Amino acid sequence: MTYLFQQLLNAMQLGSIYALIALGYTMVYGILTMINFAHGDLFMVGAFLCFIAATFLKLPFVPTLLISMIGVALLGVVIERLAYKPLRHAPRVSAVITALGVGLFLENFTLVFSPYPQHVPELIANKTWVIAGVSISSLQIIIILLSIGLMILLDQIVRHTMVGMAMRAISWDKTIVPLMGVPLNLIISITFALGTSLGAAAGTMYSLAFPVIDPYMGIMVGWKAFISAVVGGIGNIRGAMIGGFILGGVEILVAAFMPSTYRDFVAFSLLLVLLIFRPYGILGKPRPQKV
Amino acid sequence: MDAQKTPQKNIQQPGKGQKLGVWKQYWDRFASNRWLLPVLTVAGFILSILIPQFNLVNPYIQLILMYIGINIILTTSLNLINGYMGEFSVGHAGFMAVGAYTSAVLTTIFIPTSLNPWLFPLVVLAAGVAAGLVGLLVAIPSFKTRGDYLAIVTLAFNMIVKSIIENIEAIGGPRGIPGIEKLTTLPWAFFWTALAVWVIRNFVYSNFGRGVMSIREDEIASDLMSVNTRQAKLLAFVISSFFAGIAGALFAHVLQFISPKVFDILKSTDILIMVYLGGIGSITGSILGATIFTILLEVLRPLGVWRMVLMPLVLVLLMLFRPRGIMGLREFRWFIPHYQLLATHLWRKKKEAANAPAAD
Amino acid sequence: MPLLQIDHMTHYFGGLCAVSDFNLELESGELIGIIGPNGAGKTTVFNLITGVYRATKGSILINDVELVGKTSNQITALGIARTFQNIRLFKELSVLDNVRIANYSRLNYSPLEAMLHTGRYSAEEKRISEQALELLSIFRLDGLAEERSANLPYGSQRRLEIVRALATQPKILLLDEPAAGMNPNEIIQLMDFIRWIRDQFKLTIILIEHQMRLVMGICERLKVLDFGATIAQGLPAEIRSNPKVLEAYLGEGGEE
Repeated sequence: MTYLFQQLLNAMQLGSIYALIALGYTMVYGILTMINFAHGDLFMVGAFLCFIAATFLKLPFVPTLLISMIGVALLGVVIERLAYKPLRHAPRVSAVITALGVGLFLENFTLVFSPYPQHVPELIANKTWVIAGVSISSLQIIIILLSIGLMILLDQIVRHTMVGMAMRAISWDKTIVPLMGVPLNLIISITFALGTSLGAAAGTMYSLAFPVIDPYMGIMVGWKAFISAVVGGIGNIRGAMIGGFILGGVEILVAAFMPSTYRDFVAFSLLLVLLIFRPYGILGKPRPQKV
Repeated sequence: MDAQKTPQKNIQQPGKGQKLGVWKQYWDRFASNRWLLPVLTVAGFILSILIPQFNLVNPYIQLILMYIGINIILTTSLNLINGYMGEFSVGHAGFMAVGAYTSAVLTTIFIPTSLNPWLFPLVVLAAGVAAGLVGLLVAIPSFKTRGDYLAIVTLAFNMIVKSIIENIEAIGGPRGIPGIEKLTTLPWAFFWTALAVWVIRNFVYSNFGRGVMSIREDEIASDLMSVNTRQAKLLAFVISSFFAGIAGALFAHVLQFISPKVFDILKSTDILIMVYLGGIGSITGSILGATIFTILLEVLRPLGVWRMVLMPLVLVLLMLFRPRGIMGLREFRWFIPHYQLLATHLWRKKKEAANAPAAD
Repeated sequence: MPLLQIDHMTHYFGGLCAVSDFNLELESGELIGIIGPNGAGKTTVFNLITGVYRATKGSILINDVELVGKTSNQITALGIARTFQNIRLFKELSVLDNVRIANYSRLNYSPLEAMLHTGRYSAEEKRISEQALELLSIFRLDGLAEERSANLPYGSQRRLEIVRALATQPKILLLDEPAAGMNPNEIIQLMDFIRWIRDQFKLTIILIEHQMRLVMGICERLKVLDFGATIAQGLPAEIRSNPKVLEAYLGEGGEE
């Protein structure tokens, strides 16, 4: 029983990281109906910025987190402007392939400067409390609380601000809404900035929890987060959060009770089963096809 | 697809234009010669036998040639799903893995070494059949799911295949199968490549192929125009995975070592890049995409790590300036069956012939 | 025995009743119209007949064969073809390919023969190509056979949709707002055209239309839908003076 609670806590930690990344996928998808395959690699860049800020600038946790988030947000906006915006009216798949290309570019560009895995210094004094046999570390608490805080913040922005309203409007219609005076490009840039900075926050926290980072770390985590977004119903912000926690939970529990090599197998099989019964994810709705 | 069929415009302009016109005429004559491709194919096959026999080029280049062939098979077969059918499959390496492992298990465990060279064609065929059967399974979700969700299904498929292989100790688990005999020779690589291109080309230019393309354009309308969309999807997936399996078998017997890691999502990404580089819905594009990608990777090898930085940049720039790839939805004349090229023309002639006596 | 018999066809979208208790008996060679205000469920009736949606209740019989539960392609193969309100051609395919596709259910060669380009494939391709071109030439589209269908002008695209539907060799043709976007002159031409294809191809036609002039001019019988329910049916002259119809079109208390 204690073991189960311990694993649940670990699941919360991994799940909140997945959920943060999944949010980036889902926001971009909601607004551009495009899968930003470079997002996992932006997560990796976030982790590396954290590494740079912590190792070379010797900054404490909060400034490191902010540098990572702002840096990646800027990078995300630049990528959107240079690589995705010109393709807004091209076949949808060209943008997806471009995103794959951008992702590969980020990976290999980082590889040039960091051919070996890097070790991220400890930014948060690691205290561990044992409550009823379950050990809780300060890092775990910070990761979980910070993630949930960021998610609530985003949810509030999307639901209750003018910018959020504009985002939701654009995700419904990209032709009429700009005619009502909504600045399309600005809103898309803000969406990218928000989505990618959440990815960077996840990157920072991931690199604190699992301190060895390398340029390819974003691939697998990125795909998993993408799956979380799909499980929740892609385009749906609350769905992405739920999906992240579900996937994190499944992975940790499988690893806890079965040989760890079964982890991916079970996670992906569950995904397939879910898609059979709920083809549009847990909270997603099919877009009606008009005949 | 009909860009090449437009009537030849002989714009007579003085000076530079005329010079260009001459070149254009040469080009037209070259492009419209229906016998050149078969002749070149036979010549290529003979050459592929002669090259290793007399060591005409160094073994490194022979190896590259075989990789080009394998990549052409992979690209053409994936193009059937991603280009002609308009779905976004990201798990092609999974089918490849099924083929590679089937063949490697056959040649390393079941078949005596002495018989290997003789049975190799059958082994490759078995690899294709195994992958095709798995393709049948993957086709079933495609009946109901489309677009991004089907992409996820193929992704999950790729991961599951990799994960299953990792968990079967009898076939090496995560360590893979070493010491595979080098059975893929240049003639075999050439033969299977030509066969794959020919069969997929033929399929595309049949009513089944048109059915597949109509799913890309508008699935509901396609169904309402009597296209059995389930059958068409099944065919596309099975043919595509069959040839991916064949490519996998050839690949395993060039590389001589396979492990689950070889067939992960990065391999699938490579194939995707070749497809979209060459252009969707085009046989010519698939051949060009695979060839250019493979050669470029080798040519840029001296750049070291920067090569891997440069390649994605090239891809991004190509997508920005040619979002449909080099030959997107267009076909070089050589690859269009003779009758399809002339159907309208022949019909009109027949009509005229029928009307002529009546006019007298 | 009627060619098409629809009994108590009903369809719900969630809780919303899109079509309720729709009945129709259609004799071979008839030309009837379905009219009604926007959102009355006219296109849904077509979607139910052609299997795009599955009727919640009721039965649809063509020559005594039940259509409810069959897929769209099976229904098309049984002899029901349609056009679309908003043109839905296969845009990137050539005009000729658009028409040839309609032979899918009657192909003489197997997929394997297609992959190997056997003699049977060649003969059949020749046959369907010539047949398609012949059909295109009747509608004066043969000159554009090699063109990408998206490049055709609007009028030709509408005609091509009809050709494509005819190429499935239907007994019943469903036309969904064929006069959309046409001016009064073109509508008069269209009336002759619809009558002509009915006689030429021995068709039975059901027409959905907004344009009263067209419907009143050519339909032998009319059904009027409002909010999914049939509110009137009969000869055009009767419909014209039916108070319920006027009300549906003009609103409560509406006058002529």
